[in-house]
Amino acid sequence: MDFQVVVLAGGTSKKLLPLVSKEVPKALLPVANRPVLSYVLEQLELSNLKDLIVVVEGEDAAIHVGGWISNAYVDRLHVEVAAVHEDVGTAGALRAIAHHLTANDILVVSGDLVFDVPPGALAAAHRKHNAAVTTMLCPAPVSGPTESGSSGGKDKIKKPRRYNIIGLDPSKQFLLHIATGAEVEKDIRIQKSILRAVGQMEIRADLMDAHMYAFKRSVLQEVLDEKDEFQSLKEDVLPYLVRSQLKSELLFNGVPQAEESGNEKVGSQNNQAVVSQIMANASTPSFHELSSGNSGSTHVRRIHKCCAYIASESRYCQRLNSIQAFSDINRDVIGDASHLSGYSFSAHNNIIHPSAQLGSRTTVGPHCMLWEGSQMGDKCSVKRSVIGRHCRIGSNVKVVNSVVMNHVTIGDGCSIQGSVICSNAQLQERAVLKDCQVGAGFVVTAGSEHKGESLARK
Amino acid sequence: MPPQRKGAAARVSEDTEDLTRHPLQAILLADSFATKFRPITLERPKVLLPLVNVPMIDYTLAWLESAGVEEVFVFCCAHSKQVIEYLEKSEWILQPNFSVVTIESHNSVSAGDALRLIYERNVINGDFILISGDTVSNMSLTQVIQEHKERRKKDSNAVMTMVIKQSKLSPITHQSRLGTDELFLAIDPQTKQLLFYEEKTDNLRGIIPLDNALLGDNPSICLHNDKQDCYIDICSQEVLSLFTDNFDYQHLRRHFVKGLLVDDIMGYKIFTHEIHSSYAARIDNYRSYDTISKDIIQRWTYPFVPDVMFSGNSATHLEREGMYRASEIEQSRSARIGTFTVIGKGTRIGNNSNISNSVIGKGCSIGSNVSITGSYIWDSVTIEDGCDIRHAIICDGVVIKSGAALEPGVVLSFNVVIGQQFIVPSYSKVSLYQQPTVEDSDEELEYADNSSGTVDSSITCTMDTLNREMMSETPASQLGPGGVGHVWSICEGGHEEEWRHSVAPIPADKLAEATQSLEDDLEFLNLDGNALSTSGELKPGRNGTDSEDDDAEDSRDDSIYYEKEVEATFLRAVNENIKVPDVILEMNSLRLSYNMTSADCAGAIFYAMMKQALEIPHATAGELRKNAASIIDAWNNLLKFYSKEIDDQIEVIMKFEEMCLESVKEFSPHFSQILHILYDKDILEEDAILRWADEKKDAEESDKVFVKQSEKLIQWLREASEEED
Repeated sequence: MDFQVVVLAGGTSKKLLPLVSKEVPKALLPVANRPVLSYVLEQLELSNLKDLIVVVEGEDAAIHVGGWISNAYVDRLHVEVAAVHEDVGTAGALRAIAHHLTANDILVVSGDLVFDVPPGALAAAHRKHNAAVTTMLCPAPVSGPTESGSSGGKDKIKKPRRYNIIGLDPSKQFLLHIATGAEVEKDIRIQKSILRAVGQMEIRADLMDAHMYAFKRSVLQEVLDEKDEFQSLKEDVLPYLVRSQLKSELLFNGVPQAEESGNEKVGSQNNQAVVSQIMANASTPSFHELSSGNSGSTHVRRIHKCCAYIASESRYCQRLNSIQAFSDINRDVIGDASHLSGYSFSAHNNIIHPSAQLGSRTTVGPHCMLWEGSQMGDKCSVKRSVIGRHCRIGSNVKVVNSVVMNHVTIGDGCSIQGSVICSNAQLQERAVLKDCQVGAGFVVTAGSEHKGESLARK
Repeated sequence: MPPQRKGAAARVSEDTEDLTRHPLQAILLADSFATKFRPITLERPKVLLPLVNVPMIDYTLAWLESAGVEEVFVFCCAHSKQVIEYLEKSEWILQPNFSVVTIESHNSVSAGDALRLIYERNVINGDFILISGDTVSNMSLTQVIQEHKERRKKDSNAVMTMVIKQSKLSPITHQSRLGTDELFLAIDPQTKQLLFYEEKTDNLRGIIPLDNALLGDNPSICLHNDKQDCYIDICSQEVLSLFTDNFDYQHLRRHFVKGLLVDDIMGYKIFTHEIHSSYAARIDNYRSYDTISKDIIQRWTYPFVPDVMFSGNSATHLEREGMYRASEIEQSRSARIGTFTVIGKGTRIGNNSNISNSVIGKGCSIGSNVSITGSYIWDSVTIEDGCDIRHAIICDGVVIKSGAALEPGVVLSFNVVIGQQFIVPSYSKVSLYQQPTVEDSDEELEYADNSSGTVDSSITCTMDTLNREMMSETPASQLGPGGVGHVWSICEGGHEEEWRHSVAPIPADKLAEATQSLEDDLEFLNLDGNALSTSGELKPGRNGTDSEDDDAEDSRDDSIYYEKEVEATFLRAVNENIKVPDVILEMNSLRLSYNMTSADCAGAIFYAMMKQALEIPHATAGELRKNAASIIDAWNNLLKFYSKEIDDQIEVIMKFEEMCLESVKEFSPHFSQILHILYDKDILEEDAILRWADEKKDAEESDKVFVKQSEKLIQWLREASEEED
C-alpha cells in the first residue's frame, strides 16, 4: 500500500507529570510493561504499514524513543525518528517533517493510542472514496468508574464526557460536521449548505475523534502551507477541511498542475466521482450537478470529500493522554482488553513471570501482572494491578488498581490503591497511598499517608 | 353517539376502553389565516376554490371520511356563510356515520383563536386530528393514531404527532416543489421525537444553531432538510387547553410547536410520523396549487382523482395520456388536447386550439386558435379567439377578449375582463376589488386578513351593484380596451419573491440568480471559516458575534432598567433610613432578578449615590463635593459590600468617569477629589486605581481627561507602592 505513516509520539506532556520525564517520554510509558508506542507500531505492522516516521517533541525524548525503536523493531519496520520543537502542535509537527512525505496518502496516528482497530481499514475507506481526509471515529469512552478498591461495585453511572460533536451523512461514511475542543460545549452550528446538499445529517455526541487520520498528501501539504496559523490537526485542519468540503479552496490557490500529475484522478474526474458519490448517498442531487448544468457559471465548484471510518463498539480504542487514562488503559489491557497485551494469561486470568517470586500466603488476583524478577513477601495481596520488573515488595503489602513500574521498592505493610508508582521509587514501611502518583526515584517516608497527591522529586 | 363528557372528566379516565368508545374526531380549519391566495380569497374562501374542478375542502373531507373519522368540526371564519352554505348543500351532511358540524366565528384571526374557541365549546373529548381544509391526502390514519395512543399511554406529555414526508428541495432555490420554504427539523432517530423546528432560516446566514442541550439527552439526533411538514397533526386534548393557557399562541407551527419545543418546563413532547408511500400535502400557495393539481391528475392521490366520484364531482373519464374528459364537451375536430389535461362538463373548444397540462372547468367557452398551457381555468370562463395563455389561474366568469395574452404567473380573479390584444405582464394579479391600501407588517396583515374577509362576504351580496360601480371606475387603459379590473401592485420587496410562489415555472434568470447567491453564500462561509479558524479556541466567530450584539443590546436595556431600580431603592433607603444590611438584601434580590454581576451592582449603587449627592441642594461646587463626601461616608459599608474585588472597584471608577462625561457633568471638576475620598475610605484599593490608569493608557485623548486630572493621585500611589516593594 502506498501509504506513509506519521506517528505523532508527542514529548513529555505536562498532563502526565510526574509519570513522564526526559528519560521516559510519553511514548515510552509502560502499558502492561510495554511502551505505549509499541501498541501503535504493532497495529501498523499488522496492517502491513511499514514505512513510518515517528515524530517526537524534543531532542532528548527523540533519542530515547529512537533508541528503543531501533532495539525493538530493527528488522520489522522501516522507521525514521524525527525530532521537532516542543509546543509546535500536531499541525506544526507535520509541517516540520513535510519534506519527508512522498507517498500519495499519509496516515497520521497519535502515538499514545492503544487500539485494536486495523489502520488498514481506515486506509481502505480513505482510498475507496478518494477522500481528502478520512478520520477514525470511535465510541467515546465512558470514563472509567474508579472503583474504590474494597468497597467495589459502587459504580456511579457517569454521563459520558463529550469529546466531539460529529455530523454524519445517513450512510455514515462522510463527515459533515465536527466540533472539537471548547466548541463542543457551545451550541451546535451546522452549515446549512452542507445539510442542504445531503438532506439529512445525523449529529452524534457519542463519538470521539480517535486521532488517526488518512490525508491525501497534496491536500495536507497545501493546507499546512497555506494556513500557517493552523496548529492542531484536530482543532484546525480537520474542521477546516470539513467546513470547506463543498467549496474547496484546495485546488485554486495551490499548485493544480502538480496536483494533476501527482494524482491521475483529480480534477474533473475527481469531481464527477464525488458527485456520483454524494448523489448515491444523498437524497437530493448535489449542488455540483446543478451548478455545472447552468451554463452561466463558468467555473465548476471544487469539492473534496471528508470521510469517516467508525470503529465498531466492540473494538478497543483509547488515548493515553491523562493520568486517569494511563490507569484505565493499564487496567483494561490486563483486564477486558487483554488480547491487546499480546501476553498469554494463566488460568487465573493473570500473568506471573516465571522468574517472579511470591512469598507464602501471597495472592495475586485475576487481571494482574507481575513481571520479571519481582519479588513479593508474605501475605501480600495484589488486585487488578500491574507490577513491573525487579520490584522488591515486602510483606503484608496491598496493591489494588495500581501500576507499579520497574525497580520499585515497597516496604512491609504498605497499602497502595489506585496509584501509579514510577520506576526506582521507594515506599518505606506502612506507607499508605490512595489515588497518588509517585514520580521516578521518589522516596515515600515510612508510615506516611497520602491521598490524591502527586509526589515527585523537585 | 356516546354521552358527551366534559373535557376534564374525559382526561382523567383515559383507559383504552374509554377511548375506543369515543368517535374519532377531527378539527378542520376552513380558513388558512393567510393571504397567499389573494386576491381570489377576497371573494371566495380558500377551501372552496376548485382543485381540479373539485373544491379543496371536498378532498379533505373525503379523506377524513375514508380514514375512519366520524365527527368533523369545520371551523369557518372568513366567508363563513359561503362555507356553511356549501356544506349544507353538499352530500357530507347526509352521510351516515360521518357528521360534519360547522363552528362559525367572526373574530378569529389565527389558528390559535380558532382552537381556543373550540376548546370553549367543549366538543372534543379525546384525541383528534387537526388539519386545515386545504389538505390533500390519502394516507391511512390507523397506524399513526395507534402510535400516538401507545406513546400517550407511556408518556402523557406526548401531546402531538406530526405527519412528515420526504421531500426533495430544489438545491438552487431551497424551496420544495410545493413552493414552501425549506424546513429544518431535528428528530431523535430512535423515538422520533421532534427536537427542533425551523422554517425561516434566511436570517441565519448559512449556519443553523442547535442548542447544545439537545444532545444532552440524546446521544444522536438527526437533522433533516429533506422533510416536508404535511400539516396533519394527531393531537391530544391537551393541545386545545395549551392554546387556551398560552393565549399568545397564534400560529400552529411558529408559536405552538416552537413554543413547546423551547419550553421544557412543562415537558410536553411532539413526535413525528413519516409517511412513505401515501400522499399528503397542503396547498399553501399558488405553486403548491399547481403541483398538487398535477399530482392529482397523475393519480398520486388515488382514490381522490377526477374519474373517481368521491364527492359531488361530475362523471369524468380518463383517456389515454392522462386526459380526463367530462360529458357534454363540444370540441372542434381540429382542436388538440394534449397530455395531463382535464376538461370540465359542458365546455366548448374552438378550431385549432391547443390545450396541454391544464385544467379547464365547467361551462367554459374557448375560441379558435387559442393556446393554453399549464393553466387552471375555472368555471364559465370565456376565452375568445387567438388568445395565448401560459401558466395562469383564471377564476370563474373571467372574459379574455380576442388576441389577448397572459404571460406566465398571472392570476385573474372572478369576473375580470381582459381587453382585446392586451398582454398581461407576468405575475400580475387582477381583481375587480381594489387592493387594500392599508398594509401593515406581514404578520399583522396575515392575522388581520380574515376580519376583512368577513366584511368581504357581506359585500358579496351586493356584488352586482358594486360590479357596476367598479366597471365604471376602472380606467380602461389598465387592462386594454373593454377591460375590467384592477391590477394589484406587488407590494414592496414582494416582487423578488413572487416567482417562488407562482404557478409558473421558475424562469431561467431567477435560477441563475439563485445559483449565484448560492455561490456567494458559500464564499461567505469559507471566508468566515478562514477568519475564524486562526485559532481553534476562538471559533464562536462572526456569526456568533452578530447574535451577541443582539444580546448586548438586550442587556443594555436591562442594565438601564436595573440602574433605575437601584436608584429608586437607594433613594428609599436614604429617605426612610433603612439599615445597610437590609439595603444589601434588597440590592441582592434586584441583582438576581436582573442577572447582574457584582461589578454592575457596585457601579449602579455608586451611580445612585452620586445622583443622591446631586439632589441635595448645594450652592457652590465645594458644597456639592461635601455632599458627595458625606453620602459616601454614610453608605460606605453598602458600597464596600459590592466592591470587594478589584474588578468591581474598577467598574466603579469607570462608572464615575462615564457619569462625569455624560449624565452628571457637575462632578467632572471634582473627579480626582472624589476618587481620593473613595481611596481614603478604603472603597477603592490602590491596585484598582492603578489598573484603571493602565487600562486608559492607550485610550484616545478625550478619554484620558480624568486620568490626567487624577495624575497626582496616581503618581502618589505609584510611588507609595514602589516604596513598599
